[in-house]
Amino acid sequence: MQEMLSGVPRRAALALALFVAAMLAMPLFAGSYVVSVLVVVLFSAYLGQAWNIMMGFAGQLSLGHALYVGLGAYVSAALFVHFGLPPWIGMLAGMAAAALAGSLIAALSFRFGVTGVYFALLTIAFAEFTRIVFNHFGWVGGSSGLFLPVANLARDDLVNLRGSPAMFYYILLALTLCALALGHLLLRRRVGFYWQAIREDQEAAQALGIDVFRYKIAAVTLSAVMTAIAGALMAFYDNNLYPDTTFAIGRSIDIITAPIIGGLGTLFGPILGAFVLTVLSETMTNLSSAIGINGLKQWIYGATLLAIVMLQPAGLWPWLRARLRLDEAKR
Amino acid sequence: MSPPPLLEVVDISKRFSGLQAVDAVSFSVPHGGIVGLIGPNGAGKTTIFNLISGVLRPDAGAIRLDGRDITGLRADQACGVGIGRTFQLVRPFGALTVLDNVMVGAFKRTASTTAARRTARQILDRLALADKASAAANSLTLPERKRLEAARALATEPKLLLLDEVMAGLRPVEVDTMVRVFADLSREMGIAILLTEHVMRAVMALSQSIVVVHHGQKICEGLPATVARDPQVIACYLGAARTKA
Repeated sequence: MQEMLSGVPRRAALALALFVAAMLAMPLFAGSYVVSVLVVVLFSAYLGQAWNIMMGFAGQLSLGHALYVGLGAYVSAALFVHFGLPPWIGMLAGMAAAALAGSLIAALSFRFGVTGVYFALLTIAFAEFTRIVFNHFGWVGGSSGLFLPVANLARDDLVNLRGSPAMFYYILLALTLCALALGHLLLRRRVGFYWQAIREDQEAAQALGIDVFRYKIAAVTLSAVMTAIAGALMAFYDNNLYPDTTFAIGRSIDIITAPIIGGLGTLFGPILGAFVLTVLSETMTNLSSAIGINGLKQWIYGATLLAIVMLQPAGLWPWLRARLRLDEAKR
Repeated sequence: MSPPPLLEVVDISKRFSGLQAVDAVSFSVPHGGIVGLIGPNGAGKTTIFNLISGVLRPDAGAIRLDGRDITGLRADQACGVGIGRTFQLVRPFGALTVLDNVMVGAFKRTASTTAARRTARQILDRLALADKASAAANSLTLPERKRLEAARALATEPKLLLLDEVMAGLRPVEVDTMVRVFADLSREMGIAILLTEHVMRAVMALSQSIVVVHHGQKICEGLPATVARDPQVIACYLGAARTKA
């Protein structure tokens, strides 16, 4: 606990406490639409945090994170549908599958010196390859999808992950806060310093005694495991899975936008980015249909992204943090 | 028989497609000693550094540290057995603070953040970078970045420190200060130093012995005063350096 709080300025701790209190109280006041939007925000925030560990901290670009979402989702859902395995156990299996896939891809690439954009291309290739395999994998429904039985329960069943959006909201909120705490701890420890050193200059990092291969694999594996948790929750929230959406490259891109807009490598950036982007996207969708101009959403969404990237290339969070005078001891 | 030297380089060679960058070079660095490695641009000094520090693997020859064969170790393993190095073209971790840069090095010998921070602060003090501790590394001037390179390497607690032109860009007074800093470091902490330097003032003041390379070959070795008088050395190197200065 002491390590958690060390280096956090009072104003930042206070702001975080306010944020957590507001988020905890939200479902009590907000309607079901707002809660469902916030679930999307939190999925995006948490996935962004997971991706940020690999890219923001360790500098390894993945454009195929849908792979780990999909593995977490499909493994937990298939075990539930076919064997009635409780979702949380299935989630562990999904995490293991993602860990295996992530470390294998990373080990193969880094062993053969595939780095930078070529590594990023490889992550796309593996995600696409897996999407195609799942399209022909009859046991999980192939391209026609895998469906979870929907039961209308009187109350939330946390053990079997059957329940209202508010239940998922609180699970995701807890997960996001855990990821925030984890990121904070990692950056204050040797592994965080080593990841950042590798991100900044791999050869210099190696000259300072860092086993670059090992630490890069660790970053990819941790990121994959965290991503698979969100995948499993997504399966039980949506109740249906199709390879073409679960493993879609579009999903991989969605995952990386929030942390980039919020601030790559920062702790709170992915959360802020998820709020800004999801709320913007929802508002534009509603606006588009209200005034009946199709495609307006994409135009304004795209223009806003462009403006943020041009005006605040380091992301919105470093700017907002300075404005609120919350300067973190660590980025 | 005298004890074996700390670093023994035996007949190492390295060839880059068509260019014999290093050709059967041998020399040694005694425990706690300071040896200068000099030669004109392109003589192979940086390649020799890369071979010793594990960035490159020699085609032939052997490198021994404390009698142990370390030929072909990876760079991080070379650091682990006690070889610290700086890069001639500085490579700071730009987005990190100066203190964090040095802490990365200090983590080689401790897993504790507190201990790493303490070590890093002590080293920054010695290298006159303490007042820059919380500045971003990419905000430093070039001479400061060179010192940061040395600070990071020192934080890994090396037995042998390879300094690749850390004095470049310093004014003569600053050179004298840095010479004193490194001489003190070597004496007090028993660190051996192998340095390449174009600033002759620094090489002559620091080195107990000097190795001269030219076109990848060792052409002379000895005390600074002896080397400076060697006609071959004057012909290939010191003459040119003197007119430049």
